[in-house]
Amino acid sequence: MYELTDVTKKYDQGKHSVTALNKVTLSIPDGQMVAIQGPTGGGKSTLLQMLGALDRPTDGTVQLGTSDLSKLGQGPLGEIRAREIGFVFQGFNLIPTLTAQENVETALAPLGVPSAERTARAAAALESVGLGERGSHLPAELSGGQQQRVAIARALVKEPAVLLADEPTGNLDEQTRDEIMDLLEGLWRDRGLTLIVVTHDSAVAKRAQRRLLIKQGVVKEIS
Amino acid sequence: MFVTYLRRELAGRRKQTAIVAIGMALAIALVIIVNAVSSGVQLAQSTVLASVYGVGTDITVSETPTAPTEGEAGAGGPQNFDFGADDGATTDGTTTVSQSRLSVDRGTTAFDATALDTVSGIDNVSAAAATLSLSNTTFDGALPDFSETGGMPTGGDAAAGGTPPSGGPDGAGGSSFSVDSFSVLGLDPADEAVGPLSTVSLTDGRSLESSDAGSNVAVLDASYATTAELVVGDTVAIAGTDFTVVGLVTASSADAATASNVYIPLDVAQSLSGLTDQVTDIYVQATSSTDIEQIQADVETALPDATVQTQSDLASSVSGSLSSASDLVKNLGLWLSLIVLAAAFLIAILFTISGVTRRTREFGTLKAIGWSNGRIVRQVAGESLVQGLIGGVVGIAVGLAGILVINLVAPTLTAGAATTDTAGPMGMPGGGGGFGQAAVEAATSDIVLQVPVTLSVILIAVGLSVLGGLLAGAIGGWRASRLSPSEALRSIA
Repeated sequence: MYELTDVTKKYDQGKHSVTALNKVTLSIPDGQMVAIQGPTGGGKSTLLQMLGALDRPTDGTVQLGTSDLSKLGQGPLGEIRAREIGFVFQGFNLIPTLTAQENVETALAPLGVPSAERTARAAAALESVGLGERGSHLPAELSGGQQQRVAIARALVKEPAVLLADEPTGNLDEQTRDEIMDLLEGLWRDRGLTLIVVTHDSAVAKRAQRRLLIKQGVVKEIS
Repeated sequence: MFVTYLRRELAGRRKQTAIVAIGMALAIALVIIVNAVSSGVQLAQSTVLASVYGVGTDITVSETPTAPTEGEAGAGGPQNFDFGADDGATTDGTTTVSQSRLSVDRGTTAFDATALDTVSGIDNVSAAAATLSLSNTTFDGALPDFSETGGMPTGGDAAAGGTPPSGGPDGAGGSSFSVDSFSVLGLDPADEAVGPLSTVSLTDGRSLESSDAGSNVAVLDASYATTAELVVGDTVAIAGTDFTVVGLVTASSADAATASNVYIPLDVAQSLSGLTDQVTDIYVQATSSTDIEQIQADVETALPDATVQTQSDLASSVSGSLSSASDLVKNLGLWLSLIVLAAAFLIAILFTISGVTRRTREFGTLKAIGWSNGRIVRQVAGESLVQGLIGGVVGIAVGLAGILVINLVAPTLTAGAATTDTAGPMGMPGGGGGFGQAAVEAATSDIVLQVPVTLSVILIAVGLSVLGGLLAGAIGGWRASRLSPSEALRSIA
């Protein structure tokens, strides 16, 4: 469960300071599917970074379970990311020189999973996203939708508690978008994940249990 | 994962890998070749020096010549032949006189043989041998019997009524004189490891043996024996004493400072020359090359009047194209190697940094999924290290090929080493003199440059490639570790 209390994030830009998040207080229960919408520059990605332990707030606290992410150092934050949080990016962010199978395995490397188990779990993850036969393919040999499936498999192979998706369908056509969202929604239901999706796409947002609008660093619930 | 990722990266970014590896390979190859050629030149220098001063001799000890005092035997001064009125034998109005002297070469000074014990007692001296370098000069003369002519010929004019000169070798009052000289080296037959005997090879008969001490036996230089028409079993007169020729030897180089026309036991040489317990040179072999400087210093302390010289002192006496090659290797080769090496390291570092910059999203993503800084640094460093090693392996191969080409071409270098030479009337080189003797002649010889491949050269190459890889990897890894995952991901959003 996430508990954000008065979270403020400011970025220094020369002499000026830009407030990306302004006293955001938010609670996200475990297992909820949340969509975050808002205009470009509104603070969506910054909020996702706070939730994903990629950055720390300037003020306020970000609580994930028993961990206060705002107070942890880079090492512990990295461990939390490795164990509890899965990421899916708009641009897929696969390692271009590694095969699909190896890309999925990269998520298990920091956990110290033995090689044989790593291989088996990565293969199973690819199977679960419908790419069981494509493990030996390089990202460049896969379509955009397939690459995003690989990215989803990479995010889920470590069985995280939270899956954060930053515009997961932003680079995909409508049909592929629906396929990916079907997949994410299915995995969310099956695994009891907390799924937080940042999106511009209302069709995607409407699939969520809860919708948040973030504008000028302020979060509002969309009823 | 580390190995898989590393392998994929290097294979997937072949161009960068190839450029870094080629740069490193060129540098490593150049270092190998320069290093090996340097060793080859040093070997050539050693060959020249060994042929001149003796195999295994690390240090020579001699004494700086001083002006001889009257009647001093061991000072190597001018030689006099004094004949009394009753000397010589007279036959048919001709008086023949002959006198033979065995004395120290001019320019050489004899000193107390106890110096050998002093030197032998110095730490890390593995062997030492002393020699007495002498010159045997024989004066032969035939002149008219002055008692028959009633005194010295006056050069009177026969036409003016004087008695025409008679007697002498031409029967007309004339005279004939000859001076024969050859070098004699007195040495301890037991010392074969270092000193003169190490520079000669036996061609006939036998060499001097320990049991020859005190005996009138001699070993001749084969060339001298030929010109003097002597063979094993003949006798040769030294200072008026007959010596039995027991063997013939050939010096490794006619220019060798230790080469001599005749070799005799040291004690006999000392006795005949009147230089009892005196020597002119001590040849020293060190236990290890690293001990040479310490031994030199110790000898100089123990024997303050001695001139102590090492092989490295001698290297400066080598001249000719070998010397030019040495200078070229030391100067141009060394600097060229360093510059290319620095350039290769710089290329590796710049490419690694460039690679890290290009892979910002990649590293940001890996950090986002939980990769630690250490893991990323290891990955980057590992990739650079392998690139360096690939360069090292290729560089070693290219370097070895270069060495092979040099050895196949086998360039001939001319080398000269300053030596003392007391050539006698027969044109034979004389012995005498250690490293400290005054150089009076630069003998030249051709040396075929052979470039050796040593384990140390290979290890240096591997070490440099590892160093280059690690250096590039460390800098690249440090840069990668400084990437914040959020900024890395934001920068590509």
